[in-house]
Amino acid sequence: MTELVRIATTGSVDDGKSTLIGRLLFDSKQIFQDQLEAVEDASRKRGTDYIDLALLTDGLRAEREQGITIDVAYRYFATPKRKFVLADTPGHIQYTRNMVTGSSTANIALILVDARQGILEQTRRHSFLASLLGVPHLILCVNKMDLVDWSQERFDEVVEEFLQFARRLDISDLRFVPVSALEGDNVVQQSQNMPWYHGPTVLEMLEGIHIGSDQNLIDVRFPVQYVIRPQLRDYQDFRGYAGKVAGGLIKRGDEVMVLPSGFSTRVRSIETYEGQLEEAAPPMSIVITLEDDIDVSRGDMICRPNNQPHASQDIDSMLAWMSEGSSLEVGAKYAIKHTTRWGRAMVKDLQYRLDVNTLHRDESAHMLALNEIGRVRLRSTNPFFFDGYRRNRDSGSFILVDERTNVTVAAGMITGQS
Amino acid sequence: MACLQGHWGRSLVLNEYDRLKRDVVEHYPSPVPAPHLSHLRALESESIHIIREAVAESENPVLLFSGGKDSALVLRLAMKAFWPARLPFPVMHVDTGHNFDEVIEFRDRTIAELEIDLIVASVEEAIGQGRVTEETGPRASRNRLQTETLLNAIDKHRFDVVFGGARRDEEKARAKERVFSFRDEFGQWDPKNQRPELWALYNGRHRNGEHIRVFPISNWTEMDVWQYIEEEEIDLPAVYFSHRRRVFERDGMLMAESPYLTLLDGERVFEAVVRFRTVGDMTCTGGFESTASSVQDIIEEVSASRITERGASRADDRTADAAMEDRKREGYF
Repeated sequence: MTELVRIATTGSVDDGKSTLIGRLLFDSKQIFQDQLEAVEDASRKRGTDYIDLALLTDGLRAEREQGITIDVAYRYFATPKRKFVLADTPGHIQYTRNMVTGSSTANIALILVDARQGILEQTRRHSFLASLLGVPHLILCVNKMDLVDWSQERFDEVVEEFLQFARRLDISDLRFVPVSALEGDNVVQQSQNMPWYHGPTVLEMLEGIHIGSDQNLIDVRFPVQYVIRPQLRDYQDFRGYAGKVAGGLIKRGDEVMVLPSGFSTRVRSIETYEGQLEEAAPPMSIVITLEDDIDVSRGDMICRPNNQPHASQDIDSMLAWMSEGSSLEVGAKYAIKHTTRWGRAMVKDLQYRLDVNTLHRDESAHMLALNEIGRVRLRSTNPFFFDGYRRNRDSGSFILVDERTNVTVAAGMITGQS
Repeated sequence: MACLQGHWGRSLVLNEYDRLKRDVVEHYPSPVPAPHLSHLRALESESIHIIREAVAESENPVLLFSGGKDSALVLRLAMKAFWPARLPFPVMHVDTGHNFDEVIEFRDRTIAELEIDLIVASVEEAIGQGRVTEETGPRASRNRLQTETLLNAIDKHRFDVVFGGARRDEEKARAKERVFSFRDEFGQWDPKNQRPELWALYNGRHRNGEHIRVFPISNWTEMDVWQYIEEEEIDLPAVYFSHRRRVFERDGMLMAESPYLTLLDGERVFEAVVRFRTVGDMTCTGGFESTASSVQDIIEEVSASRITERGASRADDRTADAAMEDRKREGYF
């Protein structure tokens, strides 16, 4: 059975990131003839003498004209074992927003460094963001090994340098691989030039990393998305609660509690189009029916009576500001969406702004502009039912929306909660 | 994956959640392993979540239904999302009038079987009313006129969410489009000014007159679609499968003989065993020789193919490298 795995890649043009992706797609035979011809054509027009695989991913007119990647681009490839969704994000500092977006759902982050340059400011920034967004697995690809004579010594230096920095981050699984994206060494095929390296290639890592434990299977969290009342003759009394399991294993017969009402009841059945299930786990979309006729609506949270999320109007978070047109200011009000629940929230306090390059905390900051990240306390009009982001990415994340423009302006990761 | 040697595989910081998992494993007798989802079931679950979210946050949704395999897939997913209730919205066909008979037959049969409402937005009618002007010449196509017809219909019916079957693997401009894609009051898409979209937190907020295009199968590939169609035994129009047909060759594709296409000099009609990889307007949908007569055959054919489905069969994408981006900006689906 093929598994679905989400990857985020970050890096700049110079790291050879697009070349690496092009290589992954090309060597795993995911690039089609017409796409390749279009890229060959475009490469010729630009006067490059090799096939510029970056042109495969840079799709918008402005990107091709300026030779840059503007937005998150999603690419797909598959092997017999896994199907990959790859969120490709540009590495320039002004695109922190895109990196945060691409990493938000990723199982694996692929970060590239140039073997000649070693760990740069942007490597630190990318790694920090992957760690902040809770990406469970990180692969550091030390690229352009062909330009450092395939030197094991140089590889070890870069790895050591990275480890020094990474100790300050919260990364649970970290792997390293020496590659040459241009030549294809250790991307899909094992390198003939680096006999000293006995580890897996990039693709072998992507295929092998165990992702089954990335989801929280302990805390039952079921945000109610939609109430289903068929009003059909065969289902006259049917009242089902549709949603996607955000945590834990939900089983038929389980005692559950509905928030905010606090009523307890049992799961009568777990329904799907295909028939009833005995149990359901994240990220399954299901419908559940309850033993008792209690009032449940969209935005409610179903959990276990002995394992409830925090219920509070005060939300502490690391907040990434994503809007060009405005900045976060203390006292401002926004619409907030957390799981399936909307509300309004006011910014009570900006404790500090974090420099994503140095991890320095600036406590004198009084606003957050585009691409800035800070620790923020919000006060909402109604209680929200949440967990810390480290414990559950679904019940620990939220977005802020500007009520005048309806634009999503910020992404929040809830910090360990009092 | 075993961690053998060197630096790779080194586990650095044991985070809070890992510690917690470990505690639980030690203290509770048997944490049940999670039911394992195949990639198709994971995609299905994501799509159902998207469809429910869009309907929960809109007043008046509609699903674009062309009779093609992608819209047949979205329809199946939508049926699943609200089961056992009926589909809580109508479907709409933007009809160029240049259809394969088999596709219209399929459309009407599906609508009747599932007891859902169909709205037909007719390009023919829009031409008659003088709202759009027909292209002329042997290469005339109504493909571009669909955009205006679609936008008029959205306006007339006051739809605020429009579901489409577009996939990100189809084309480079689509690879960068959001799942919830905001359209202004002119129906336009601004690729440089898209709303950030994180986790599964979709923002469907809009003002009167604006709408959101929602693409529930954004993350599916052509192969995923076919595999799912096979698993679910989803019915499709007959033109997808190998059949004998009178065709002529144009731009390397086999176009079906029809009253809507005029032969150019040197083009001649002949009979061939063909099938179509997409089933749009007959004037810009090309077929190719194929003996694939079942979904299984098609899966084998697609996995061996070295050409994308749009490259193989859509004359409309061949005009410029940024053809799709330009049409999408104007409001095309």
